[in-house]
Amino acid sequence: MSATSHLLKVVIQTVMAAPMTNDQSWFYALALGVSFLKCLLINAYHSTDFEVHRNWLALTHSLPVSQWYYEATSEWTLDYPPLFAWFEYGLSHIACFFDKEMLVVPNLNYASPATVLFQRLSVIVADVVFFYAVKECCKCLREDKGKDLLGKPSFILTVLLLWNFGLLIVDHIHFQYNGFLFGVLLLSIARHCQNRHFEGAFLFSVLLNLKHIYLYIAPAYGIYLLRCFCFTQSNADGSLQWRSFSVVRLVILGTIVLSTFAVSFGPFIALGQLPQVLSRLFPFKRGLCHAYWAPNIWALYNIADKAFSILGVKFRLLDINKLPKASMTGGLVQEFQHSVLPSVSPLATLVCTLLSILPALFKIWHRPNGARGFLRCLVICALGSFMFGWHVHEKAIMMAILPLSLLAVDSRKDAGIFLMLSVTSHYSLFPLLFTTQELPIKIFLMLLFTIFSLASLKTLFRKGGALLNPLEVTYLLGLIPLELICEFVYPLTVWQKTFPFLPLMLTSVYCALGVTYAFIRLYISLLTCSDTTKKTKMQ
Amino acid sequence: MENWSLFSLCVLLGLTSRWAVSFHSYSGAGKPPMFGDYEAQRHWQEVTYNLPVHEWYFNTTNNDLNYWGLDYPPLTAYHSLVCAYVAKLLNPEWVELHASRGYESHSHKLFMRATVLFTDILIYIPAVLLYCFYFCDGSSKQKVATALCILLYPGLILIDYGHFQYNSVSLGLALWGILGLGLGWDLFGSLAFTLALNYKQMELYHSLPFFCYLLGKCIKQGLIGRGFFQLAKISLTVLVTFALCWMPFLSDPKQPLQVLHRLFPFGRGLFEDKVANTWCSLNVLIKIKTLLSRETQLFLSFALTLLFILPSSLKLLSKPNLWQFKLALVNSSLAFFLFSFQVHEKSILLAAFMLPLLVKDGLLLPYVVTSLAFLFLSLYLLSALERSTEEELRLGLYRKLTRHWLPKLNLSRIIKWKFWFSLVAMAALSFTSVWLEPPAKFPDLFPVLVSILSFLHFLGFIIYFNLVQLMEPQRKKSQKKTN
Repeated sequence: MSATSHLLKVVIQTVMAAPMTNDQSWFYALALGVSFLKCLLINAYHSTDFEVHRNWLALTHSLPVSQWYYEATSEWTLDYPPLFAWFEYGLSHIACFFDKEMLVVPNLNYASPATVLFQRLSVIVADVVFFYAVKECCKCLREDKGKDLLGKPSFILTVLLLWNFGLLIVDHIHFQYNGFLFGVLLLSIARHCQNRHFEGAFLFSVLLNLKHIYLYIAPAYGIYLLRCFCFTQSNADGSLQWRSFSVVRLVILGTIVLSTFAVSFGPFIALGQLPQVLSRLFPFKRGLCHAYWAPNIWALYNIADKAFSILGVKFRLLDINKLPKASMTGGLVQEFQHSVLPSVSPLATLVCTLLSILPALFKIWHRPNGARGFLRCLVICALGSFMFGWHVHEKAIMMAILPLSLLAVDSRKDAGIFLMLSVTSHYSLFPLLFTTQELPIKIFLMLLFTIFSLASLKTLFRKGGALLNPLEVTYLLGLIPLELICEFVYPLTVWQKTFPFLPLMLTSVYCALGVTYAFIRLYISLLTCSDTTKKTKMQ
Repeated sequence: MENWSLFSLCVLLGLTSRWAVSFHSYSGAGKPPMFGDYEAQRHWQEVTYNLPVHEWYFNTTNNDLNYWGLDYPPLTAYHSLVCAYVAKLLNPEWVELHASRGYESHSHKLFMRATVLFTDILIYIPAVLLYCFYFCDGSSKQKVATALCILLYPGLILIDYGHFQYNSVSLGLALWGILGLGLGWDLFGSLAFTLALNYKQMELYHSLPFFCYLLGKCIKQGLIGRGFFQLAKISLTVLVTFALCWMPFLSDPKQPLQVLHRLFPFGRGLFEDKVANTWCSLNVLIKIKTLLSRETQLFLSFALTLLFILPSSLKLLSKPNLWQFKLALVNSSLAFFLFSFQVHEKSILLAAFMLPLLVKDGLLLPYVVTSLAFLFLSLYLLSALERSTEEELRLGLYRKLTRHWLPKLNLSRIIKWKFWFSLVAMAALSFTSVWLEPPAKFPDLFPVLVSILSFLHFLGFIIYFNLVQLMEPQRKKSQKKTN
């Protein structure tokens, strides 16, 4: 039954007050509920990303295609691949009906109420893709009949995805289109779980052409499709059967990917603008870390460097005059020169990233575990790139959390890792909303999501002990005093003026510990998992 | 999932929607010289902080009663005083005498909204949770569903966090009163309700049921023995509470009189603006406001109010149990709303009927979202429409009467169609009020239509609830919660 006719049926049933025999109504209730919440957040704070997207609406609407990647009136130039530009172009035609002034390129920082309403509504409506993808993902789960609604894995997964704290905060307050993009990603994953690999590959290449940050997980896709799809059969013990290589499949996959890229980049190649487009897509950003350090390895590296330099000066091992200026003021500058430990170059981060994901890729090449193994490898690729990447944004952690939710409702070990990672990384998103007005919202929503995920996963896996060991619980509880200190106590102290970045530093270092721990645990679970392809439904 | 986690999720959802609504505009935002209720509350903080108690309710050079003079009982004044102390700590400019008139800033708005949230968390929300936990029938999931629906009720959220008022304090205290009575703690219940009454005089709407219930209960226990003793204890509690609240005003006989004069402004006329009660609706046909003298108007409204609350109160007096008590609360407040003097449209706290007010405040978006969400949620979670058979509506007697004349009528279907018709009418009126221009001859057409439609609904409700209370057919479920 198609979704529209289903929704209509639900509405008619409500009107006639007939009893709900169809047990899918809760999905629409959850989707509608979260949409209502998103509507209420329309008036909340929005970041510069709002102006970024308004600028892109304006330039795709007012300028010809040949100018899109050259336009530089605003500092927020187009740095997403062409398909996203076409998406903005489509949106701009609807924007005409709300406020024509937003489509004028020189109208920098234009934010009339109609503009805000239109942009917010566009994110809310684009989330429909996400809803559909979540529905498809629920179909891939093992269903236990007869469980009450709140204990069903599909219900829990739906809430974990639809009401995800990170998506609500980043998309509907900070302002981005991640819901729509993650919808495409989750749909692609769902298609692979359903063995519709051509569709999955097509969706992923479309996704790459919408936002190129998903290149982080392209190796997982590449290896998985090559190993599990192009080699049509495995031996009995799961190892590679070289003779089952299917050239046809490889060629079709290649055609799909290449044609998607052709449609997307074709016009720009024809115009000879490819170098310009690539330079916009991959700008050489200065600085190992963003102004707010993403909670990855480099945050720990930075803090270790700072600690060594302070200790070195204290014990007179180092001369304070010879150290780079920035490291001692405590400020967070883009260009971070390390004083004691060796400085890190972009190439070094690339090498580290590749080294971190190679074992995982090798594992699924050697002994693929079907779709579940693919998913695990995908999460590890996303996490590895987050951990070791150059100039990583803390928002990038969402790429690891959303697919991990799929694993979390299936196995209790993954549920434990998910709880650790999600609570830590959601907390690390707090500095994105630094206004006082949004403080209660982020605390309430964080508590909402955390309590739900803890309680529901605990109920789902109640047999077999606790999901989190005491050390993990202590670490997570430590987030509460951290929040109190950073947001309530520290601003009232005298250090707020001299070391204003200290709370941010504390937050990212504390969260980096949790993220690293989750990464290691995830890796261990991938490398030690046995081949359960015969038992699982996902294949 | 465990109960505590479900309840905390409900509370968090309620709190999130409340705070999200508070992002929007408030009454009188950016509209000098008078602004609105928000400015009134700020002004009361200024007055109570800077002036001595005996000047609060009087017209002096420092206190111009025409500019949002205090017109709520003393507890509101004390609450404003406490808020003013906090305001002084944060930014003295907010409560500067005279100089802070019309003060509007982002941080001040955050402060004011935070005060509403604080009292809500302290008083109203625990009362709702306890009520659902102890007095709702059904499984724990149904209790949680009821709690969620109550917490997401649009009227209260929009008025308290949008328009700006502190209804959650008075309603919360009244709810604690009901809880107390329900649990058998009569003294606690009376104390809570007296405090509610001393916070907002609008709680008088609920006072008669409280009185009749407690009196009836005491009479049942025997007026000579325990009953009398109980009555004495309750009266003493009420009197002492009143005395404590009004203590600063009891030194001079002029003080209480002036306070009462401010609380009950009989000089202001039968109604103001467009209210969904009898007088406003009647005024459309017969101009009673101008036709009758002030005294006649007072007498008429008094008489009709009394007429409509007497049956329900007497019934409660004779049969003091919790079910009767709840029904009497509804009937009494509806009667007061429909017939009394100087009623404001906010008194009904029903969102759809405050539409013109909300649009004026710039709260259209939260109104639409919260009303739709509440409607959908109640229908979905509480299966409201499925329960509209005669048994559930307790209109068995009614059915017997109509069977003679209208044998082919299927009551439950009528109710359902009537429900959807009302909804469509409300949606249509909302739409036209916002998007269409009224004809020049009748500039107030849409607000008047809204109030007439609402009035007809309320009239229907008061008749229905009176019927239910007075006929009292047997309840299917056991009466285990009655006292």
